Amino acid sequence: MARRLNILEHALSSLLRRKQKNLAIIVVYTLTVATIASVLFLTQSLRSEAVNVLAAAPDIVVQRLAAGRHDLIPIADAEQIRRMPGVGKVEPRVWGYYYDSLKKVNFTLMGVKDSPTNLPLLQGTFPANNEQCTLGKGIAEAYGVTIGDSLVLVDSSNSSKLYQVSGLFIADSELLTNDLILLQEAELRRFFKLPDGRATDLAVEVYNQREVATLAKKIKLALPDSRPIGKTEILHTYDTVFNWRSGIMLTLFASALIAFCILAWDKATGISADEKREIGILKAIGWDTNDVLLLKFWEGLAISLTAFLLGAIIAYLHVFFYGAGLLAPVLQGWSVLFPQFNLTPAIDLYQLFVLALLTIVPYIACTIVPAWKTAVTDPDSVMRS
Amino acid sequence: MPRTRLFVLFITALTLLLAVLLAQGIRQAANPSFSQRAEKKALVATLGLTDLSIWSEARYTRHPSQADLFTPFQDYPGAFDHFPAGSIIAPGQPKPQTTLSFKQRGEQ
Repeated sequence: MARRLNILEHALSSLLRRKQKNLAIIVVYTLTVATIASVLFLTQSLRSEAVNVLAAAPDIVVQRLAAGRHDLIPIADAEQIRRMPGVGKVEPRVWGYYYDSLKKVNFTLMGVKDSPTNLPLLQGTFPANNEQCTLGKGIAEAYGVTIGDSLVLVDSSNSSKLYQVSGLFIADSELLTNDLILLQEAELRRFFKLPDGRATDLAVEVYNQREVATLAKKIKLALPDSRPIGKTEILHTYDTVFNWRSGIMLTLFASALIAFCILAWDKATGISADEKREIGILKAIGWDTNDVLLLKFWEGLAISLTAFLLGAIIAYLHVFFYGAGLLAPVLQGWSVLFPQFNLTPAIDLYQLFVLALLTIVPYIACTIVPAWKTAVTDPDSVMRS
Repeated sequence: MPRTRLFVLFITALTLLLAVLLAQGIRQAANPSFSQRAEKKALVATLGLTDLSIWSEARYTRHPSQADLFTPFQDYPGAFDHFPAGSIIAPGQPKPQTTLSFKQRGEQ
């Protein structure tokens, strides 16, 4: 044990002798681990949030397709669906999009019929009449409005309409309501010139969750021009979007991994003349190959463990304390209204363990292999070279 | 062995810090008042929401689960997407059953 600790002491002295080079390696290595870990933490948390929260989404959403495009669905279809065994409530939903060319912002306008009391995450009230609206935090911040202020929207007839803000969704609901404007359903119909007897889609409640797929098929059979979207499909969409293997997350992940591979490859192929001479001297004064390999193992472990731990800590602080500020612009795209990520941590220790395994082990291997090649060569020729 | 002692202390401190952060994260996730999952679910159920309000740039990025199957490829199949967010969203929905069929000449 004492021998190993002595070798560790020597390894640390050796690292400190080349402190500038090793510090640079630690910085690059830490940034690489921090990037990969940030992607893992962010995607895992967003996926967990989506899957947990959207579990309360409608069991089936029924859209109507006309000429291959989404079209308004007759509310009369709701009655036909409601009569199917196993179906609970069928609620017509009225909603749409509104583009504000001044700020280049898209809003989602949604119609509400009732004003539920004690709705969580809402400051103020739902719109009680056709003159009121309830806003998401993103809109309130973009336009600097608060409860009691007025919002002017231009309707389908190109007339300006003034709505008094009766309520604001608070920051905690930002991921769900950031760009949402709630109006009374009747007012929204007038605003968009939607015909009576038609809705954007139908939200279907299914008593037994195992029957959702069967009922979706039955709905499709009964209404051939409809497109039923089951809750599992909604959840699957978000599972795919925030899977680390999909889209831009994979690009970021792959870039960081490639950077790490370049670092490891450089380490594996290039052992400096100083290091070679050091190994030659150690061998000449009586160290055997195992001691040299142990020395290099300690050197590799000291660097990789430090970089991994620092990288993981930085990633955690970045994602959960600073709202993934550096990754958010990558995710944001062209969205003008983009929510702040106040995420609930979702930690997958298995992923962290795999990340540790994928970053620490190859680096140590890349440190040991060239040293082993040098250590098995004659010390005299190593020192002379 | 002052360097060894210092190094072991440093690594232990980092490990402890990471463990404390992870433990705090796990505790926060288990704490209903922190995550507010119940409140968010109530909001989703009341409004009948189907999607997260993340990308508001186009209708198929605002409501990826409700979008037409072909909307991300409006110009032609396999076209590059207009919107950066479209590159994040991988196609995730199962393929609908096709009703298309062909018959060879002479086939009944």
